[in-house]
Amino acid sequence: MGKMRGAVVVDEARCKGCNLCVVACPTDSLKLSAGEVNHRGYAFCQQVNPDVCTGCSSCAIVCPDGCLTVYRKKED
Amino acid sequence: MLTREEIIQPQNLVAEKPALMNNVDMHYCPGCSHGVVHKLVAEVIAEMGLEEKTIGISPVGCAVFAYRYIDIDWQEAAHGRAPALATACKRLWPDRLVFTYQGDGDLACIGTAETIHALNRGENITIIFINNAIYGMTGGQMAPTTLLGMKTATCPYGRDPRLHGYPLKITEIAAQLEGTAYVTRQSVHSVAAIRKCKKAIRHAFENSMQGKGSNLVEVVSTCNSGWKMNPVKANEWMEEHMFDYYHVGDLKDTEVIR
Repeated sequence: MGKMRGAVVVDEARCKGCNLCVVACPTDSLKLSAGEVNHRGYAFCQQVNPDVCTGCSSCAIVCPDGCLTVYRKKED
Repeated sequence: MLTREEIIQPQNLVAEKPALMNNVDMHYCPGCSHGVVHKLVAEVIAEMGLEEKTIGISPVGCAVFAYRYIDIDWQEAAHGRAPALATACKRLWPDRLVFTYQGDGDLACIGTAETIHALNRGENITIIFINNAIYGMTGGQMAPTTLLGMKTATCPYGRDPRLHGYPLKITEIAAQLEGTAYVTRQSVHSVAAIRKCKKAIRHAFENSMQGKGSNLVEVVSTCNSGWKMNPVKANEWMEEHMFDYYHVGDLKDTEVIR
């Protein structure tokens, strides 16, 4: 059976680095940038482990600023 | 194995920023519950197809700039007077969806009279009440909803009922009023809670459009800056302390009784 694969696109300029998405992610696919910041000085969310993402959208649902766009596709 | 480019295709899109939300950066602190509730409101309005028929009333408080973030018609109210403005809007345009978006300082303190009387009159409006137990915008002073023992800038030794009185449960009061159709308390600390909160907002908006009476959706929220915690810790603190006093769930739903 094909498993679900997902991809998260982050609006890095909009992200405030609140970390809620990182905690909400059940597969530990997301992480905050270490050392790197956006134009407002916030660390931002990055998808560091894209292979484990299932596209469940938990991150996008909890994101207070709507920075995350999630895509989901079933693997054949 | 699918590549990232194969997954990122328009037909595979499952979640994004609501179409009704403007691209301006929100002024809220990182991790603030306001952003999540704004998103839910924007999503529900779009799902109901009422983009052109919605009037939001923004308060004084942290959400004072709500009109910048959701692309609908807005009216800015004087401090605490949002329900009075909403009453006027709804009576003049009965076919419009009218809602207010207020915090606890606005709704439960200076605007208590407006809130209770608008709800009691059964105006066909929805009041969205963000309860974070503190005055967020002005720097974390004690609010009427501050929990007993909770430390704020103006009660540094913790709220003492002999000195400051008891936390006000506006939602419980609203549930006693004849004019209310739907009174509920929700939260937005987890994915499941956010989904439930969205359903509650949708139900309240539908009630207002069907003329069933006034609706109050309280959202128990965090103010991580005011509480001096990080956003994740603030959510945990809320689950641990706030829910004991502010029980989450529907307090009144006239449809269910019938």
